[in-house]
Amino acid sequence: MKTGTNEQDLLKGLANNDKLAVETIYKQHYNMVQTLIISNNGSPEDAKDIFQEAMIVLYEKAKSGVFELNCLLKTYLYSVCRRLWLKRLSQMQRTVAEVENMEDVVAVEEQLEWHEQQNADFHLMEKAMQSLGEPCRSLLEAYYLQKKSMVEIAGNFGYTNADNAKNQKYKCLMRLKKLFFDQYNNTQG
Amino acid sequence: MEDIVMLDAIERYIRGEMLPEERVFFEQLRKTNAVVDQMVVEHTVLLNQLNKFGERKEYTHTLQDVHTLLFESGEIKKPAPAKILVLWKKYKRVIAVAACIAGITALSISGLIAYFTPKPNVSEIAQLRQELSKVKNIARQTEAAIDKFKNSPSIRPVAPGKFGGTGFLIDSRGFLATSAHVVSKADSVYVVNNKGEYFKASTIYLNDTTDIAVLKIQDDRFQGSRSLPYGIRKSSADLGEEIFTLGFPRNEIVYGKGYLSAYTGYNGDTMSYQIAISANPGNSGGPIFNQNGEVIGVLSGKQITVEGVVFSSKSKNIFRAVEEIKKDSTPNNAIKLSNSSLVKGLDRVEQLKKIEDCIFLVKSY
Repeated sequence: MKTGTNEQDLLKGLANNDKLAVETIYKQHYNMVQTLIISNNGSPEDAKDIFQEAMIVLYEKAKSGVFELNCLLKTYLYSVCRRLWLKRLSQMQRTVAEVENMEDVVAVEEQLEWHEQQNADFHLMEKAMQSLGEPCRSLLEAYYLQKKSMVEIAGNFGYTNADNAKNQKYKCLMRLKKLFFDQYNNTQG
Repeated sequence: MEDIVMLDAIERYIRGEMLPEERVFFEQLRKTNAVVDQMVVEHTVLLNQLNKFGERKEYTHTLQDVHTLLFESGEIKKPAPAKILVLWKKYKRVIAVAACIAGITALSISGLIAYFTPKPNVSEIAQLRQELSKVKNIARQTEAAIDKFKNSPSIRPVAPGKFGGTGFLIDSRGFLATSAHVVSKADSVYVVNNKGEYFKASTIYLNDTTDIAVLKIQDDRFQGSRSLPYGIRKSSADLGEEIFTLGFPRNEIVYGKGYLSAYTGYNGDTMSYQIAISANPGNSGGPIFNQNGEVIGVLSGKQITVEGVVFSSKSKNIFRAVEEIKKDSTPNNAIKLSNSSLVKGLDRVEQLKKIEDCIFLVKSY
């Protein structure tokens, strides 16, 4: 019998960007998901896609801090993957009578709806960043994502001093803000 | 510059980097100044989203790394085909026997089915060529024909044709497509344009299976235009697509419209579509256009037993015909089919005005 605390630790690891936690979960559950997908009309590539998306769901949940796993991680992952795969199948219009249950399932619809929303936000930002173009994108990524200091950035990007870099960063950020909110406010309705 | 300072302050405020007094001051400012407050709210959302974006990107990379890593170390692997091979070796004998039995069963069943199935009744499909002799008053026709023959410069046959159908240009230099059954029994073929001019044509391709024939106008008087207003569609049409046709069920050009009702024709024939359009004898060989003015088929016949069921050979068959013709013609007089329609987006009346000159009445003798 697997202990619940063990799996809670894994989730904490996920939330703290611990690569080892990812590895452990991957090792324990990937083959199960692969079997599910392949025995239901999918390819190994599909299996990888679906599993990784389920891992993202898990990650978002772990990050949100309000998530409690009230079943085995295995059951949770299986349910999410099954749901995601059913959806993918219907999108591809490959009709499948019924994905057979090889394992127990729990209801995950609500969580997946939430995940859809997160997905949409992610793609919105991705699009905004893409249309931002270079060097703005790299500049903002360096500052906000990689948390580099302005002095460091000035050196890397060839600005004469940190103030210049800061000036440029400000302009870029304003553009990103406009690009992002133009879309974001539409979707939030 | 003011804004930069402001933004800097907001960012420090969000990150909680402000000194206590500064913080109190800033919060006061937020309360009194709605613009500042709005900026803080917006910026929090933006930074939050940006942060999530960055984390998720990072995480996706980790996932990829882990996948590759575990894959290489063999902790996870693609389902092995080796297993199937082992099974195959083990059960080779059984499978062979099973296959034999299956084969014999399949053969005998298909034999039985073939034996008992009623043969499709070919006469159920009325090929819509027109038996002109029935429709016309021969005497008057002949008289009129002689009259016209005397007056008009065009050379035309004296007798009325045996069969009539419709044909349309597929290459402006004088190549037409029509239905095979319109011209299959003909000794000679004439085509008549909307102005009543006759041109002698010869059949250069005929395929009864697809019901497609290609004619070439032999007359020197025929002047080809530069390009055709419509294109010929290579890919399949869609169910429910709105279609229209132009044809010669009478001596006058007639327009009809309808929709594509099935991807296959009579008894599941994959060479043709089922369409719903009003069709009468003489419509055979007429082009079936979609809304954009692309030819998607050639009208071939209708089922007598059921009302409103008309069949059309698929436009793909025209391409096939042209390929066949190409094999025994020199490259520079090979037929060139155009894919693009020049009447796309025009309203129907305009489309018809441009198209009608390219539709011919086909008479076979």
